[in-house]
This record gives sequence, C-alpha cells and structure tokens, in this order.
Amino acid sequence: MKYEVVIGLEIHLELLTRSKLFCGCSTAFGLGPNTNCCPVCLGLPGSLPVFNRKAIELAVTAALALKSEVQINSRFDRKNYFYPDLPKAYQVSQYDQPLARGGCLEIELDKSRRKVSLERIHLEEEAGKLVHAGESIIGANYSLVDYNRAGIPLLEIVTAPNLYSGHEARLFLEELHSVLLYCSVSDCKMEEGSLRCDANISLRPAGSPTLGTRTEVKNMNSFRSVEMALEFEAKRQESILTAGGSIIQETFHWDEEKKHTFPLRSKEESSDYRYFPEPDLLPLVLESSYVEKLAERLPMLPQEHRLKLLDQYQLKVKEAVLLTRNRELGDFFETAAVSYSDYRNLINWVQGDLLYQLRESGRDLKKIDPRLFAELLIMVDDGKISRPVAKELLAEMVQTGADPGEMVENRHLGLISSRESLMPVIEQVILGNPDAVDNYRQGKKKALAFLVGKVMAVTGGRADPAELNRLLKEKLK
Amino acid sequence: MMPVNFHKEVDYVARLARLTLEPAEKERMAGQLSDILQTACRIQELDTTGIEPTSHVLDLPVALRDDVNRPSLSLDRVLQNAPRQEKNYIRVPRITGSGHNDQ
Amino acid sequence: MELFENTAVELSRLLRTKEVSAVDVVRSFLERIELLDPHLKAFIIRTPDMAFNTAKEVDNRRIRGEEMHPLAGVPVAIKDNISTLDLPTTCASRILENYIPPYDATVIAALKNVGMPFLGKTNMDEFAMGSSTENSAFFPTCNPWDLSRVPGGSSGGSAAAVSAAMAPLALGSDTGGSIRQPASFCGVTGLRPTYGRVSRYGLVAFASSLDQVGTITLTALDSALLLSLIAGYDPLDSTSLPGSEFDYTDDLEPDIKNLRVGLIKQHLSADFDQEVTDAVLKAASILEEYGAEVQEVSLPLTDYGLGAYYLIAPSEASSNLGRYDGVRYGYAVNGENIEDMFSRTRGEGFGPEVKRRIMIGTYALSAGYYDAYYLQAMKVRTLIRNDYKALFNDFDILLGAASPTPAFKIGEKTDDPLQMYLSDICNITDSLAGLPSLAVLSGIHSSGLPMGMQLTASPMQEIMLLKTANFFEKSRDFSPLRPVLEFSEGG
Repeated sequence: MKYEVVIGLEIHLELLTRSKLFCGCSTAFGLGPNTNCCPVCLGLPGSLPVFNRKAIELAVTAALALKSEVQINSRFDRKNYFYPDLPKAYQVSQYDQPLARGGCLEIELDKSRRKVSLERIHLEEEAGKLVHAGESIIGANYSLVDYNRAGIPLLEIVTAPNLYSGHEARLFLEELHSVLLYCSVSDCKMEEGSLRCDANISLRPAGSPTLGTRTEVKNMNSFRSVEMALEFEAKRQESILTAGGSIIQETFHWDEEKKHTFPLRSKEESSDYRYFPEPDLLPLVLESSYVEKLAERLPMLPQEHRLKLLDQYQLKVKEAVLLTRNRELGDFFETAAVSYSDYRNLINWVQGDLLYQLRESGRDLKKIDPRLFAELLIMVDDGKISRPVAKELLAEMVQTGADPGEMVENRHLGLISSRESLMPVIEQVILGNPDAVDNYRQGKKKALAFLVGKVMAVTGGRADPAELNRLLKEKLK
Repeated sequence: MMPVNFHKEVDYVARLARLTLEPAEKERMAGQLSDILQTACRIQELDTTGIEPTSHVLDLPVALRDDVNRPSLSLDRVLQNAPRQEKNYIRVPRITGSGHNDQ
Repeated sequence: MELFENTAVELSRLLRTKEVSAVDVVRSFLERIELLDPHLKAFIIRTPDMAFNTAKEVDNRRIRGEEMHPLAGVPVAIKDNISTLDLPTTCASRILENYIPPYDATVIAALKNVGMPFLGKTNMDEFAMGSSTENSAFFPTCNPWDLSRVPGGSSGGSAAAVSAAMAPLALGSDTGGSIRQPASFCGVTGLRPTYGRVSRYGLVAFASSLDQVGTITLTALDSALLLSLIAGYDPLDSTSLPGSEFDYTDDLEPDIKNLRVGLIKQHLSADFDQEVTDAVLKAASILEEYGAEVQEVSLPLTDYGLGAYYLIAPSEASSNLGRYDGVRYGYAVNGENIEDMFSRTRGEGFGPEVKRRIMIGTYALSAGYYDAYYLQAMKVRTLIRNDYKALFNDFDILLGAASPTPAFKIGEKTDDPLQMYLSDICNITDSLAGLPSLAVLSGIHSSGLPMGMQLTASPMQEIMLLKTANFFEKSRDFSPLRPVLEFSEGG
C-alpha cells in the first residue's frame, strides 16, 4: 500500500521583549544561572503576574503577518503539570480563547506554491532550563535547574495537519522564520532555543480522508534536523504499517548524533492538564483600532519582498527566495543594486563568489560594504581589473572591509591591456609550450584556453582577457 | 443524583496532584471526599442554561505594564530557600525512572 | 487604663499628642503578649526586636517634628500568610516552616512605610483553609473568651490577638469568611474589602479569585484607619481596582435615616442558633428605630453557594499549591526520582485539610469532570452575583449573621470537614460575588460568648459598612465588650 505522510507543527518562539512576560527581569541570553529571577518568575508564594504590553504587540504583529484572525477577546488559562523547570507547577497559556485563530503561510515548492493553514496562535510563558548531570535526560543521576528563561514570553503557532513531507515541514519553517524575522518579533535562533518546533506525524493510505495514529517528535534543533527527523519517523512508521503493525501514540526525541528518533517515556504520558481560567489575569481585550494600527505598521513581508525582487530586478524565484531567507544578504543585494544596475551580474556575484567567500572565511556581511562591492563589479565591467583579481579583492573585502579602488591603486592591480606589456609575456608562453602551440595549429581550440591560462598565471590574472585573446591569436597565426 | 464514590478515583487524583497518601489516609479521605462532593454537586440541580461562567468578579480587561526592566533578586536571595543547590543551580533528583512513568 | 486596652484611634491620638511614645505602646503590647500568648497561642512568631526598632525610629522622627501618618507607632499583628521580607512566612504549614521570603507584600510595605511596629505573625489554618485555626500545622489557637473554644478561622490568630488586646490591629485574609467568621467568634470587627480594593501581591494564594486582605480591629473607626492605608491600586497586582488615596475615616458619622437595609432571610434559619438570629433581629429593629427602612430579602442560592465555593476554592487551591514541590523553597524530602520527591514532599508537608482540598480541586478540574463541577460552579457564581446585583438595586446594605453559632469547642468539628465548612455558610456568597463585607459584635450569647452579625454592601461601598458598624458600636447596650482574661504574671 502507498502511504501519505501528514504532518502538523507546533512552533514556539521567544518574543523579543526586554523584560519577561509577567515581571521586569531581563530576557538576556547566556547569563549565569538564576541571575535573571525575581519573586514572580520564581513563583514565590504570594507573587502575582502583570502582563507585558510589548508581548501583546509582538504577538498581534506576528498574527497579522500570518493572516491569522486576531481575537478582540481572549483569555489566559493555567495549564497544570509538575516539572522542576516550571516554578508555579502551571504554565500560563491560552486554551480555548487564543489570541488569534486561523491563518496561513504560503510556501514555495519546486514548481508551485501552496498555502499551509494555521489553526491558532497564542501567548504563553517559557519554562526554565534543565541541565542534566550525565549525557542526557535518560542517564542522568540528577538535574540542575536554571530559571533565567522562566517567564520569557512565548508565542505558540499551531499549523493544521497539512504538511506532507519532512521537506515541506522544513520549507514551511524556513518561510515562517523569514516572516518572523521580517516583522522583528523574535530573533528565531533555533540553536539558542528561541525558535523551537515539535511535530505531529502520521501516515494514512494515500487518498484516505482520515488521519492515522500520530506520534510526536521533539528535540529537533535545526531546519535540517526537522526534515531529517520527520523523514526518519515517516519511514519508521511506514515499515511498521507495511509489516502489518500499528502505531502507538507516543513521543519521540530526535537524536542529532545518531540520526534517529527514540521514544521518551519520562514525562507524564496521560496528560491531564486541568486547564482553567487564570484567576490572576483578567481577560485580554484588544481595541480594534489598536489591531488596525499594528496592521498598518506591518513591514513588508518576505512574500511581498520576493515579488518586488522578481519584478524590480528580474531575479529568478530561487534567487528571490535566497535573498528573503537571508535578510542580510537581501539588504546587501538591494543596497548594491542602487549603484549597480546589471542585476543579473550582481545576483550572480552575490550568490556565487560572495557567498563562497563568506563560507570560506566564516565571516558574515558585517565587514563588507555593499556600495564598495558594487564598485568592484564596476571596475571589472569597465575593464579596470580582471575577474581573477576581483575575486582576490573580494576575499579581502569580506575579511577587512577594504576599499577595492584603493587596493587596485596602491598595489597596481589594474588590468594589463597594452600590446607592449602583453606581447613579451605571450612570446615567452609560446616558446615555453610548443606542444600546445602545435595542438592549436592543428585545430584544437582548447589549446588556446590553455595558453591564455598560462599568460594569466604569469600576469597574476591582470591580463585583459579580450586583448590577450586577440594578441595571442594574432601571434599564433 | 448519583451518589459520588471517590474510592475509585482517589489513586488517580492523588497521583495527578503529586500527593503520597498513606493507605489509611487514603481510605479516610475517600470517604470524606465522597461526602463533600455529594454536597457540592447539588449545584448540578440548578439550571444554568445560557449563563456565562464567572471566572473573575471584576468586569475589567487585563492591566498591562510597559516593557521595562526592573532589578532581579540577587543570586543569594534566589537561592536562600532552595533545599539543594549546586554551582548556582537548584538541584533536583533525576527526572526519569519513576515507576509510574516507565511503561 | 493600660495602654494595650486602647483602640488604634486612641493610641494614634496619644502618640500624636506625645502623651506616650511608640516604645511605650510597643512595650505594653509585647508584655501583654508575653503574659497571654502562652495560653492563647495566637502568634506563630513574635518580632519584639523589630517592633522596638520601628518604634524607636518613629519616636525619633516625631521628636524631629516630622509629619507622621496617624498609624505611625501603632503596632500591628500580621497573619502568617502575608509575605514579610526576612521574616518567616509559614502559612502555618510544615511545608513552609523554614521559608524566609526575600520580599515584602505590598500591604506590608505600606505598613512599614508609615512606621507601624510589627508584633509578630499570627496563627491560622494551614494555607487559610479552615474555620477554626485547628488546621495550623503547629498548634491550635484558643478563643480569648473561652479557652476551650476555637477562635474561628482561618485568621484565628489575628482575631484572638486583637480580642485579647495583644494587638490593637491585625491584618487577616478572607477567602470565604476567614476574617468575618473569626471576628465574630472573638467579638471584634472584621472587614473583608471589595475584591481588588487591597493588593493581593504578597498574600500567599489560596483561591486567587476570592482571596482578599482585610482588617481585624476593635472598632469600625480602627478598620477605617487601617483600610485607608492599605487600599488602592497596586501595579504589582493586575487584579487590583483602579483608584488610590482613600480616606475612609473622613466621614463616619452614622447616617441611618432612610438607609435601605435588606435582612437576609436565610440567615434567620431555624438551623442557626436562636440567640444569634435574635441579635441580628435586634440590630434590625435598632436600625429601624433610627429611621432605616428594613425589609426581609432572600438569597435563595445560599446553600448552593457553599457547594460552588467548595469546588471553586479547592480548584484554584490545587493549582496555587502546586508550587510547593520541594525544589525552590520549603520542606523537601529526598526522592529516588523527581516524581517520588514531589509526591513525598507534598504528602508529608501538607496537613489533612490542605490535602483534602487539593484532592477535591484536582478532581473537579480533571478531564471529564470540569464541566459538571468547576464550570457549573462558576455559572452558579454568576447566578449569585446576579442575585446580589438585583438586591443592591433596592438596598444599600444587607444584614445577616456572621456565623450560625458562636465559637464551638476545640476538637468539636475536626473529624467532620463538612460540618466545619457549614460554619462559613453566611460568609461565602458575598465572597463569591467579590463584595465588601464586615462582621461586628452583635451581642453576648447566654454562654458568655460573643456573637457577630454581618453587613454586606455593593462593590467599593466599604464606607457604607464602616458607617453602619460605627453606628452599632455606639448604640450597643450589652456587655462585656471584651473578654475578661485573668492570668497571673508568668502564666
């Protein structure tokens, strides 16, 4: 039987506020354990929550960006469970009256687009962090708790079960990541845990309308691991079903090292969270004018940005996606494009040599100035420097931010195109490579490129290619 | 109205509430809770069709505060009541391995 | 007359006119505590050093001629479920026996701010769950009028302390009668303000949608003075009501003429002690005599209110008390794993009544029962609020009993939780509706025990309660007004 994979995602992201959801403690990452804590976020007896206005603003902004219907009336509830990282033994969340309902996000598939629907978006509070003494939660003899993260505002986004492969799940997450970064609601760092994704995955016979028994997959710490874990879990389920077995509803952890999912049975399995309205927080009532104001302030989103990139610069879809996924790169491109109008050449350089140099050097875009990058390309176009020289200069610009014009001037790196400068080198190369010369004369055109390369090597790549070609052909006649 | 029998619920509820109860305590409590719930659930006699539940007596929206940092407690203060600590963390026994959870 | 026999208003006058020093006042009360408290056991801890330090500072400031609050130098006792920086806050529970808060409740900060010396933290039913103070994990408190009887609860320590003149004023908390019932058992004035009028920040939560800090005092005037200090919006409690700078002492002259009084029929029940209901009827007739319009009214849901309360309060409690897990503070038992530690810590750390309520609440909120129990209770709560709203269209104030009987014997109801719960039957519906309510001494029972009546007003009409109670206090023609306590020096 052929099976169809059905995936729904639950995404948690930490909102970019200065202070926590219910108290004034800092949300800064990476400080010493238990240094960002107060009576409220420690859940000390008698403490009470007071809601952070900014968290609501960011949450509503995200909801609007995801076309989710912001609810004028919503409510906070307590989700009760015991866990050492949960100071009050309940998490303040939103249960049956979430901040926003519905919504959708379009993903770009290979040859088409698809709208992925959302079920809901709601606000809740983050738990603390457990450090396990030992390799993992399983083998640890004891654990240590740090409450610095406890009480940071979290946004939960729940998709409908309408993603159909691990790859789609990854595309969805990447697109969601861009949207959230575009509206500056979260820094979305999966490696720091400020963006997290859990997945529900099930299989059903292709074409069947009902969902199969699902499993939950957790602990996926990158877009890549989401894709891998879900592909793995889909295969695992398929082999069980194919063998006539049935799926048990349970929770799996993704093991990044071993590249497999394993069942985690530690947390309460039959969850009975005893949700009830949080008596310490009155209902949230949003003025429609407030929501409208935030809607007006919504920045350009990746989708719209892509359309602009396609239209204004005649880019290909893949290129536009690259520039919106990597917002800095997109900004870099557009700034360079202000002073450089051969957009095709620009995007080729950006996605080719520039990205290559960034990867090689392990640098980001902080050093290199896009306007100088444009200057570099203009120098190539104007025949002032050769491509090989330009590439070398680019490598340096990425590292130091140096000005290419100055480098060319100071180091005499300009293009050699005069007959009197090139001819001696050409003659020398011809003398030194009689076989290639013979081959050329016998009609093997490739030999010419070989000789050009030799001249380039001698001139440090500075020879003007057009002139060199002309002179070389003339000499070999 | 159905008589409330708490005896069959007591183990489940005690586990949900994370309360270890001695056998005699459990027995006594089950009896008392049956009586109390029997009385309490008389409210089911009332017709509440169309009645909104009151979760707050104040008819006000939630009060909001500005996103401003305030000083946290010093580490000494955070840890002063913690029964077990290690390297500025609070220490707890291992998370897994409970009889109830390992199936 | 000894200093400790004075009301807070009188002490305030003596201090302001410099007839006495704050140190004198504090010494008088501390000596009284030393003499009586070994018998009454109203205090969990006493704080004499702190009281003297505050008193000295107040005296120095007064000598320097600084402007002082009327309550500067007037001592106060504090129920032990209100968070006090660097002073144990146990909630009379073993689970918090060694807990020292790193912060002050908002009301505590207010008292400190004006220089009120703290005499100590008072005994209570564990986590405020109870009606007799017998649920204290440490010891029961005795009723100053009869040591074999309970002082009521849960604020029994505060009520006993004020009644026995061990403190002129005390803070209590009231979730479903925990100020008014003990006030009536001890013959003092207990005020539960409108829900949200006084900050709950730092009040250890029992049932958050019902809990309210209030006052236990000798007179309505004293209540007005203390309430004026603690009432007002608190940015740290987002369920507190807007408005600040209240002065309830401004105009307390009785204004009884044309007062529309509803006499609650259910509080005249034959199940109640006849003398208690007679005292309420007598109060009604006095009001009528002075020109009030008194009319019998019905709160038909009174019995259902008890049921709703004993689902709502335990449900919230089961959640509020989840945090006592032995991780961050409090009693902790080693366990072989986390769940074992949680369950044993809580099983050993909580007393029987707290465990009962956690069990009821957990059950009422659990899957499959929520709608029938918790949700239905919240709907009944709406019905009760509607009844009150309708009554307050026609009446300014409701009058009834503060408790069906005078104080019962220690041990009398400990084996029957349901009977104990019925002791709060008069106090619960107005708690559910979030209304201000006050208990005041209405007479002396033939047994020699005090009896209380209860006044309830519409939201934020504390002034109405204080005025009416003030009128009563002036018109009382019975005695004694305070317990007669005779103990020799050194107990």
